[in-house]
Amino acid sequence: MKINILAFGIAKDIFGASTVDVELVNDATVSNLKYLLEKQHPRLKKLATYMVAVNNEYALDGDTIHERDEIAIIPPVSGG
Amino acid sequence: MNVQIKLSVSTLHLQDCVDWVMAPETGGIDVFVGTVRNATRGRAVIRLEFEAYEKMAVSEMEKIAQQALAKWPVQKILIHHRTGGLQIGEIPVIIAVAAAHRDAAFDACRYIIDTLKQTVPIWKKEIFEDGEVWVAAHP
Repeated sequence: MKINILAFGIAKDIFGASTVDVELVNDATVSNLKYLLEKQHPRLKKLATYMVAVNNEYALDGDTIHERDEIAIIPPVSGG
Repeated sequence: MNVQIKLSVSTLHLQDCVDWVMAPETGGIDVFVGTVRNATRGRAVIRLEFEAYEKMAVSEMEKIAQQALAKWPVQKILIHHRTGGLQIGEIPVIIAVAAAHRDAAFDACRYIIDTLKQTVPIWKKEIFEDGEVWVAAHP
């Protein structure tokens, strides 16, 4: 399945775009997605940390990704 | 309606925030106003740029407000946050908390700003004379 990933902050700089498409197997997990993205964009591993949001909620590594989910890469936040 | 959350590309207005949380049963209002500082670790900052994942930022701020309402006897909570470019001295964030008694208002306000900085998907870029940095991105 093709998933469109939203990127913010430094993740946008790393991807060179505010969204990227990735091809994932059905029932892929957040951890599978991170592995793939880190392979394509090794600078992600240099971040202090980063999270994945699924449908506007912070997700855990074991959570499953579905075809129409809204997925976003959340680098360390710095609001306030 | 006892919570107001707003992300805004235009100037935040302190008096409007205080007026919104004011109620007849209120005994005190605690307000936190974030301001853009002119330097980071001795390096002069020209301006800041804020970016938000808007839908999630609003829902995370709403969650924090609901947590504060559950934890302390407070009456009204307002959280306003800017996006876009801000100059030195401008206001990126205002938190206002109204309560019957001051302890709850102080505690809730502190909790809200501390938690916002940890969980709300908003990012700040510092622009220097000779470069720019996404704050907190790297260890």
